Amino acid sequence: MSSMTQYLRTRFMPHIWCPGCGHGIVLSGLLRAIDALGLEKNDIVIVSGIGCSSRLQGYVDFHTMHTLHGRALAFATGVKFGRPELKIIVPMGDGDALAIGGNHFIHAARRNIDLTAIVMNNNIYGMTGGQFSPMTDTGKKATTAPDGTIDRPFDTVSIATAAGATFIARTTTYHVHQMIQILKKAIVHRGFSVVEILSQCPTYYGRKNNAGSAVDMMNWFKDNTYKLGTKTAEEAGEMKALGIFIEKDEPEYCDRYKTIIQKVGSP
Amino acid sequence: MPDSPIRFLQGNEVLADAALYAGLKFFAGYPITPSTETAERLSYLLPRVGGKFIQMEDELSSMCAIIGASLTGLKAMTATSGPGFSLMQEAIGYAVMAEIPCVIADVQRGGPSTGLPTRVSQGDVMQARWGTHGDHSIITLTASNHQDMFTMTVEAFNLAETFRTPVILLFDEVLAHMREKVTIPEKDEIPIVDRLVTSVPRGTDYHPYFPREDGRLPMSDFGGSHRYNVTGLFHDMWGFPTDKPDVVNELMHHLVNKIENRVSIIQRYKEYHIDDAETLLISYGSAARSARHIMEDRRKVGMNIGMLELQTLWPFPRQLVQEKTKNAKYIVVVEMNMGQIENEVRASVNHSDSVYLANRVDGQLITPTDIKNFLRIIHGRGI
Ligand SMILES: Cc1ncc(C[n+]2csc(CCOP(=O)(O)OP(=O)(O)O)c2C)c(N)n1
Ligand code: SF4
Repeated sequence: MSSMTQYLRTRFMPHIWCPGCGHGIVLSGLLRAIDALGLEKNDIVIVSGIGCSSRLQGYVDFHTMHTLHGRALAFATGVKFGRPELKIIVPMGDGDALAIGGNHFIHAARRNIDLTAIVMNNNIYGMTGGQFSPMTDTGKKATTAPDGTIDRPFDTVSIATAAGATFIARTTTYHVHQMIQILKKAIVHRGFSVVEILSQCPTYYGRKNNAGSAVDMMNWFKDNTYKLGTKTAEEAGEMKALGIFIEKDEPEYCDRYKTIIQKVGSP
Repeated sequence: MPDSPIRFLQGNEVLADAALYAGLKFFAGYPITPSTETAERLSYLLPRVGGKFIQMEDELSSMCAIIGASLTGLKAMTATSGPGFSLMQEAIGYAVMAEIPCVIADVQRGGPSTGLPTRVSQGDVMQARWGTHGDHSIITLTASNHQDMFTMTVEAFNLAETFRTPVILLFDEVLAHMREKVTIPEKDEIPIVDRLVTSVPRGTDYHPYFPREDGRLPMSDFGGSHRYNVTGLFHDMWGFPTDKPDVVNELMHHLVNKIENRVSIIQRYKEYHIDDAETLLISYGSAARSARHIMEDRRKVGMNIGMLELQTLWPFPRQLVQEKTKNAKYIVVVEMNMGQIENEVRASVNHSDSVYLANRVDGQLITPTDIKNFLRIIHGRGI
């Protein structure tokens, strides 16, 4: 494996992430996946929203666009539909993707437009200092839920499934090898792919919920997840399944439009 | 398409056809009265001329999508009305900050809120200017008939490319829904400004925000030969976020000055009988149709009345207005809002106490008779 620094804009470092933040592990996994696929730097476009997670885009030497909170998929849709030959990866935080950006998330999935959405789920709003997100479990604490949130969390995989995404997977920052394999497949998949990566925010989620150090939080991912298909729902209980939930071939949005152009367009 | 260049079109159709004439290749939008017909027409025409049409899930995403598409090198537009225009504001600010050319047509209807969906208004003038947050400048054009709608639409695309900025077309329900004759210009009759593309060769460092000597910033199709960063944060010439005070200060001044220092190039207007006008009407959009009508009518009975029709609303042509109103005793702003342009006129003229507002805000087009009645009051003749 070649050195990952070739993909980094090192002159824009140091990065903004806290020590122990999971987002750097996602960055590392993503670069390894791209490297393993043998993609050229010029082949990759990163479109991100706003949040700690979305800062990933600035550190990589690809075509990069840092957009608005929640709107990364909408910008990415314009880029992709404009130039369907581009390979576009969209890293987002859980709030970015599923609170303010929830509508764009389900509609991008519904269209099955060829984008790779990475939901870096740390169950909290990191960038704004630890407010609860739609992925914060009921009862957990946040700066806006000092007595524990009464909200119920979303399940990314269920939403993506219902919305029609054609590649859906979940992994964690503890399971880096799995992360790389999943990201490779997601990037290659032609259609809308969703990769949820459980990531740790020791600074806010960890501190507010006595979850311990970054290492403790990653160990929690190890102990509270299982390989998809190895447990019954009853055995799994509160544990989360990891792996590829859906991988299917369905007509992709830009391809469908191309058939219209071929039918009605002037030669 | 028929061979004759003369058409009888609805305003929204004119907008669509003019945008294609200007080189439109990408439209994203969400249906809203009274602007929907533009999207309908473009959904049919764009794939037939090698372009792309996408119906998005809302106006926020429509605005974002045209920014993304424009970055890749395609001329891009969206069309909407008041409520949708409000939703687009955050992303319009992004286009201002990241300097992405694009065109936003707002076909005004009565507001605030859902307001009067099928009725006319000119209530979005200030939203066009200040709808997005933060200091900035913006270009906004309008028109009072279909021929001018065509021209202004093409101009909007040209100015967007020239200044790397979003340009707003502020039309209204009356213009958008009525049908009128329009002569489609020949190819090249109206010059088209294409994207200024960098001459930096592939593989060499390209700075997306490094101006040429003439101040223009050449672009490189996003995802193409050069890798660079785009952000809505204050940024340096690489497009990388920075909060260095000198860089921030310089960028802020650049964003404002690139437009405000070029008002004389950007301003479009028409004038009628300014020289002897004791009473000068200032109007724009569909209100200007009635203003012009009553002006001609009153001249027939010997009134010294003239008219200035504004086609560029922003940047506001202050000097022009000051100049043209110099000799007028009565400056009457005719518009369908509570005085949004009147305030600008007041700030521009030498004697602000000679500025009057002749308006109508009930969802009905202001008529020549309405204006005549205002003039009687203003001239002290009672109704
Ligand atoms: C329209 C808008 N609303 C709110 C914000 C403030 N904001 C910035 S990032 C963020 C949430 C970040 O959380 P998440 O998306 O989960 O990413 P993380 O920082 O945890 O990686 C919020 C609320 C904003 N930038 N824009
Ligand atoms: S606040 Fe949380 S999410 Fe943000 S960088 Fe720090 S650890 Fe990471």
